[in-house]
Amino acid sequence: MHKLKPISALGAAQPQIDQIAGLTIAERSDLALASIAARQGQGEACMAAAQSWMQADLPSPGQGHLGQTYSCFWMGPEQWMVSADQADHEDLASEIKQSFGATASVSEQSGGWCRFDLKGAQLGAVLERLCNVDFAAMETGDVSRSRLEHLGCFIWCLQPGSEVAILGPRSSAGSLHHALVAAARSAL
Amino acid sequence: MMIDHPLLGLRDAQEFTYLGDASLIDRPDWQAKDAQDQFHDYLYLRDNPAGEHRELWFHETGDRSWLVVTRNTLTHEISKVELARDVARARGRST
Amino acid sequence: MSQVNRLSGGQVNRNTELNFRFDGRSFKGFEGDTLASALLANGERLMGRSFKYHRPRGVLTAGSEEPNALVELRQGNRQEPNTRATVAELFEGLEAKAQNAWPSLRFDAMAVNDRFSNFLTAGFYYKTFMWPKPFWEKVYEPIIRKAAGLGSISFEEDPDLYDKGFLHCDLLIIGAGPTGLAAALTAGRAGARVILADEDFRMGGRLNAETLALGDVSGADWATETLAELASLDNVRLMTRTTIIGAFDHGTYGAVERVQDHLPQAVAEKPRQILWRIYSRRAMLCAGAMERPIAFADNDRPGVMLASAVRSYVNRWAAAPAQQVAIFTNNDDGHRTAADLIAKGVNVPAVIDVRADAPAVAGTELLAGAEVIGTQGRLGLTSITVRLANGQTRKIMCGALAVSGGWNPNVHLTCHQRGRPQWDAELAAFVPGPDLPIGMTVAGAANGQLSTAQALSGGATAAVVALNDLGVAASPIAVPQAEDAPIALKPFWHVRGGKSRAWVDLQNDVTVKDVKLAHQENFVSVEHLKRYTTLGMATDQGKTSNMLGLAVMAELTGKSIPETGTTIFRPPYTPVPMSTMAGRATGKHFHPTRKTPSHVWAEEQGAVFTEVGDWLRAQWFPRKGETHWRQSVDREVLQTRKSVGVCDVTTLGKIDVQGRDAASFLNKIYANGFAKLPVGKVRYGLMLREDGIAYDDGTAARLAEDHFVVTTTTANAVLAYRNMEFARQCLWPDLDVQLISTTEAWAQYAVAGPNARKLLEKIVDADVDISNEGFPFMACGEITICGGCRARLFRISFSGELAYEIAVPTRYGDALVRALMAAGEEFDVTPYGTEALGVMRIEKGHAAGNELNGTTTAQNLGLGRMVSKKKDCIGNTLSEREGMNDETGLRLVGFKPVTDTDPVLAGAHLMNASGAVNARTDQGYVTSACYSPILGSAIGIGFLKDGANRMGERLRAVSPLEGSEIQVEVVSAHFVDPEGERLRA
Repeated sequence: MHKLKPISALGAAQPQIDQIAGLTIAERSDLALASIAARQGQGEACMAAAQSWMQADLPSPGQGHLGQTYSCFWMGPEQWMVSADQADHEDLASEIKQSFGATASVSEQSGGWCRFDLKGAQLGAVLERLCNVDFAAMETGDVSRSRLEHLGCFIWCLQPGSEVAILGPRSSAGSLHHALVAAARSAL
Repeated sequence: MMIDHPLLGLRDAQEFTYLGDASLIDRPDWQAKDAQDQFHDYLYLRDNPAGEHRELWFHETGDRSWLVVTRNTLTHEISKVELARDVARARGRST
Repeated sequence: MSQVNRLSGGQVNRNTELNFRFDGRSFKGFEGDTLASALLANGERLMGRSFKYHRPRGVLTAGSEEPNALVELRQGNRQEPNTRATVAELFEGLEAKAQNAWPSLRFDAMAVNDRFSNFLTAGFYYKTFMWPKPFWEKVYEPIIRKAAGLGSISFEEDPDLYDKGFLHCDLLIIGAGPTGLAAALTAGRAGARVILADEDFRMGGRLNAETLALGDVSGADWATETLAELASLDNVRLMTRTTIIGAFDHGTYGAVERVQDHLPQAVAEKPRQILWRIYSRRAMLCAGAMERPIAFADNDRPGVMLASAVRSYVNRWAAAPAQQVAIFTNNDDGHRTAADLIAKGVNVPAVIDVRADAPAVAGTELLAGAEVIGTQGRLGLTSITVRLANGQTRKIMCGALAVSGGWNPNVHLTCHQRGRPQWDAELAAFVPGPDLPIGMTVAGAANGQLSTAQALSGGATAAVVALNDLGVAASPIAVPQAEDAPIALKPFWHVRGGKSRAWVDLQNDVTVKDVKLAHQENFVSVEHLKRYTTLGMATDQGKTSNMLGLAVMAELTGKSIPETGTTIFRPPYTPVPMSTMAGRATGKHFHPTRKTPSHVWAEEQGAVFTEVGDWLRAQWFPRKGETHWRQSVDREVLQTRKSVGVCDVTTLGKIDVQGRDAASFLNKIYANGFAKLPVGKVRYGLMLREDGIAYDDGTAARLAEDHFVVTTTTANAVLAYRNMEFARQCLWPDLDVQLISTTEAWAQYAVAGPNARKLLEKIVDADVDISNEGFPFMACGEITICGGCRARLFRISFSGELAYEIAVPTRYGDALVRALMAAGEEFDVTPYGTEALGVMRIEKGHAAGNELNGTTTAQNLGLGRMVSKKKDCIGNTLSEREGMNDETGLRLVGFKPVTDTDPVLAGAHLMNASGAVNARTDQGYVTSACYSPILGSAIGIGFLKDGANRMGERLRAVSPLEGSEIQVEVVSAHFVDPEGERLRA
């Protein structure tokens, strides 16, 4: 193990957890991320590679897959984001590249994003103060990229109505966290 | 405005960045004899229709697709939305 | 003498008595009152002074259309001007002041304006204050603004919070009167996602204000029952105190919810108001109708009110406007008011009905075919003068006059997408036209269906149609038996022949005479009439006056009303506070802040930060004893050039470019060639716009045959990515290339200075060779550092020194900067900020944003030869245009002051050593300048005509803005190490 100690997106050794009126806002710093983009004309080959590597299809537009080891969601046409536990998959991008070979372009994204998991029965009331995503209509795994606090964020439904992961640009983690907390205090 | 994204359904125009006339797809051939004239027209001459207009929108805080949106500039009615990549291919663009 | 005019019944809670103050006097009211109803209950009719003439004014309406009763609510930093007393809910301790009155509401000195009203007519300002010209701004306008006006603001920061939000629904129902309630119940029972919004704090609309029965219960009780069922449905969202302020494109609506305006003080951390953006698949406008007044002489005295408002006050709020209330009407609806007043025990001396064949009214005298021709009473109505059908006049004592001129459907939101209302002759009113906003239907009184029965069935039926349209099966609710009176109205707009002024627009003080004057002066278009007289241009948008003004104009022009025209309405429906528009985006939360990976560490070092777009970057790192920024910056530059410095350069845009055709793709987006760049090498690249102007520069590093990392400037990271996606998707869609931004994914530091390699050797793992031979200038590679952490190393230099940029996954960025500083301790390493970075790049003559300023070509930058003519790339064809290839055109050069101590100013223009200083003799301009601690003087770079051939020439750098003129010498822009020996060392 190398000597560089990671810090969380909010700039601390440990991720931050806030409890506000029954809602938990938990910063996640334990996940590795990498993007997969199918090479020109390699969509099907890419899909086959995904099946043999993580035993799941790469999701359709607006959808995601929540798996034991690997989870992923659709980012754009023929492009997906994969997440896995960082402790076991520190170099996730290389791992994927080995499985996908020339069928896909893979890019390290671990540091690119901060992630906050929001959980609580009144989650919908908070999200409607934050972004235009129709959370009530989202099913498990559904994902939508939209503006939140002027930032392009992924809103990823983990449990309909009550649990969501929000991925935003890491450099703006402080602003995003402030927005989440302010909205929770305001709405709950 | 709401743009009916071919892959994602209705999305708020707030998520998009506007570029302009979809004729920007029809970039001239750089080796044509009158390439400079063609590029001049391509870059500077635009129709400005009061009515139906095909225009380019980028889903910047969304899926990063460029779209060709057919929009009535008088009523904002949107009659057609296509992936710009498909439009470009259909218009003969390739590599 | 508390609440002298309070009646029995009503929907106020008599168990909760509330104290409030108006204009310095104390009163009591009840929970459920508005400020207006409470004042009326206390016998107070005078509530304000008018805009222009300071005339005493009372309340006209009982809703948000109120033009007159505007007050300043609350105090200190919560002071809120122009609040309509008719919608301000009473709370304990409410404090309100009358506006536009000095020294007091009862004695207002500026009421003298009223005496000069003959001079203050329409167009007065335009005609009178013409000359002398400079007087307008300095003398006339300030005086006019002080004299004429409404409320004042506190000039303090608003202490409350405001929020924004987004809602989705199948059906948005605007207005919760009988129509809206019937629609909501129909749609709610069908399982559709419904939002029912109403601006009132109590839903029910006119059902709360009328005594009519629905089936065997009162209208108010039916509303209560219906609302209880709606509240029990999960798919229905009831939004009281919520005004739909605008109908925008494609079913999007704006709404303002007044969450806490009715509380004495907003609860901490909770919003006072929320601005909602509602996405609806269908919308129903059930906004009802507004009663309109009739103009007659002195019709603006406190006590003259709309008849429907009188019924609202009497029935809903149990507040009589006066002990004796006369009625003036042109339709049957006015008669209801008499009946309701009489039922509550209020004396109605007479009903004056302009119709000769008006039906009789029980309990009072009917004066059919009569008209009100005047009113009396200084601060409130005491009597009216009536011209009877036989021509005789009669004076009738009364403290209030309830006026009904018919109803105008509330079409406002139908106009927000430029829909034009249509004239309905039977109603003598405008109804919604065919050009409704997409997805909107109109039902009930808003659609001209004025009876309660029509409203109920209209609402239910329209809801079914809207839902069927969405594929949702629904059946209309069984509507209760209700009043279904036909329209019985004689169009009647204003009483002719009065001696005094008859008011049309009460808020902007526009009279019938003003409209006539405008007509005389040929302002016959309705739009011109509005602007000349200001009719309908006040905060109420003429809700109670536009129709009247139009009718008077029609009469003058001899045209029909529809021929005369109509005005349409714009959002917002009612005024919206600026704070609500701003929402949470205030102060430092106005935009998101981006922090670099070394931010925490830089804060610990006491760095001074600067904003670069949304980024916060360390500007310099002051050390103990340094009192001026220049001391810190000079030290950082000198130390870097002497030994080694470290700078966070993460903010540069990074775009991962992969695919078999990645190299050909870069060949198209860069002006220079990339196809032959070997793996493991970096190349400088210049991006042009299609017109040949340079817009961004950076580097592309080839990590593999099919993998490049492109860097862009910090400022253009978003634009360059967008343009690259455009090229990929729209111009060359079949190239095998994939893009993703990795700006945030990698923490990147520049390590620069003669000891840079020595420092890095302590960081990189043993098997990594970074010797000059093994890792020469412009090399790049994926390596490991600090015992196995994956990293990317680039040997590139912005400072002109031996330099590297090293990147690690962002989460290790904090640890890396600490490791670099620790490893550099023996070299006395310095961190440097954006200032030192800027100084060193000017010393080296590197172009940046000031030089890539949107007007400069590759040739201007001295990079003309980079633009390849052998390939197709964006911008190369048009950069061959003649005008862009002027051999004697602007070239990037350097400038040194002739006198060492002179400053060089960025922005200064260059003039020949002698001769005139003007645009015609302009030789170019200085783009960037700084103090160079290496050279010991100020230096600058910039663009000079034929610059390459003018080395050594002396010029003047003049800045008329700064009042500065100095002599400079033209030199090479590469002040430091022009041969590039250091960076290759």
